[in-house]
Amino acid sequence: MDLNMNVNAPHSMGTTIIGVTYNGGVVLGADSRTSTGMYVANRASEKITQLTDNVYVCRSGSAADSQLVSDYVRYFLHQHTIQLGQPATVKVAANLIRLLSYNNKNMLQTGLIVGGWDKYEGGKIYGIPLGGTLVEQPFTIGGSGSSYLYGFFDQAWKEGMTKDEAEQLVVKAVSLAIARDGASGGVVRTVIINSEGVTRNFYPGDKLQLWHDELEPQNSLLDILNAPSPEPMNI
Amino acid sequence: MNFMASKQPENSLLGPEADSQRTLYPNVTGTSVVALKYKDGILMAADMGGSYGSTLRYKNVERMKAIGKHSLLGASGEISDFQEILRYLDDLILYDNMWDDGNSLGPKEVHNYLTRLMYNRRNKFNPLWNSLVLGGIKNGEKYLGTVSMIGVNFEDDHVATGFGNHLARPILRQEWHENLSFEDGVRLLEKCMRVLLYRDRSAINKLQIAKITEEGMTISQPYSLKTYWEFSAFENPTQGAVGSW
Repeated sequence: MDLNMNVNAPHSMGTTIIGVTYNGGVVLGADSRTSTGMYVANRASEKITQLTDNVYVCRSGSAADSQLVSDYVRYFLHQHTIQLGQPATVKVAANLIRLLSYNNKNMLQTGLIVGGWDKYEGGKIYGIPLGGTLVEQPFTIGGSGSSYLYGFFDQAWKEGMTKDEAEQLVVKAVSLAIARDGASGGVVRTVIINSEGVTRNFYPGDKLQLWHDELEPQNSLLDILNAPSPEPMNI
Repeated sequence: MNFMASKQPENSLLGPEADSQRTLYPNVTGTSVVALKYKDGILMAADMGGSYGSTLRYKNVERMKAIGKHSLLGASGEISDFQEILRYLDDLILYDNMWDDGNSLGPKEVHNYLTRLMYNRRNKFNPLWNSLVLGGIKNGEKYLGTVSMIGVNFEDDHVATGFGNHLARPILRQEWHENLSFEDGVRLLEKCMRVLLYRDRSAINKLQIAKITEEGMTISQPYSLKTYWEFSAFENPTQGAVGSW
């Protein structure tokens, strides 16, 4: 029964998305590149989408599929919140995403990371890959860029990080994935969710750390040519 | 517009409505489950891996769960389908409890329900992509059975799914006997799991062993097995044939 697996192994999706829990909440991160084939259709997309005041979702794969799934879940959660009389929990949001992903598994091509904070369980991250499996994890990565980050996270992830440590880890990771994955690029966006609320951050490409074989951006060659010569040494 | 080029449906001969009702292939999968009958009940072992194609993506997936008071279900194959089966079984056990008649579904009954579930889905060309192992004990009677994704079902003194059928069953055929002690049972399962670790690409070194007896079900904490690599032939594999590998 497992003979078909090698022939149809899941293929990767454009994007790098990350969700990380820390001591008090969660940090969600993503790149901002949307591509149609080889062309970059949108170089500043917003891939971290709001579901409720306290729950956000990172989207990867088909832009249309992921947008529709989040739109439906936002709609259901809105009604659920009215009925419940208090903010929806992260678990409920994740399970609604799972329901849509699982029941339409033949038609959808989207991997999602649900992250948020609620008063019962605190900060939680749920991964919902292709097929509609629901997995609660302390951190998770997704999208085509994530292939380059498994080793990085195996080494760099630590339990009980602070908010700043967690955010720095996420920014570093997305930046490393952008460096190697053609389907990821642009800016790094992060969303931090905790008991105090939601903070959205923006890290433009030119403000990120440089990696191997990358050079400091210049305005022009002319600036390099006209740069003052180095001082002679005093031996 | 996509984040990446869209994939074509695999089977474009049938119309779009029929297409949406077939499971084409699994995405996140679990590998072998191995189980045996021992003196006091059933012992079952499975690793905690969830593979995504060839990537060992998830390393904390529990693939064995208690069902009611008397049964233990282990699954290999698509994890999302296993999660759905657990929901079906939740409903089954709930309704059984709501009768409040002192009776409760035993492993034989749960196995039969699962067989019908899997076979009926197979008939609609929309299978739940799992191989299941159902073990339990009720009123002193031990039961161990298996159901495949196409509805093939049978019971035996020891069963396995996937690679376990090829690697673990032969070991069990040689070394299993009636009335194994708990320690002997665990050691036998670990022998099987170690071979699977050496030879199954989708196995990971983090497993759990579950036990079900008349008293109830316990599942061990996740743990890892030691492996042996210090054969001289491993350290110098090309001594007798320089240039080979």
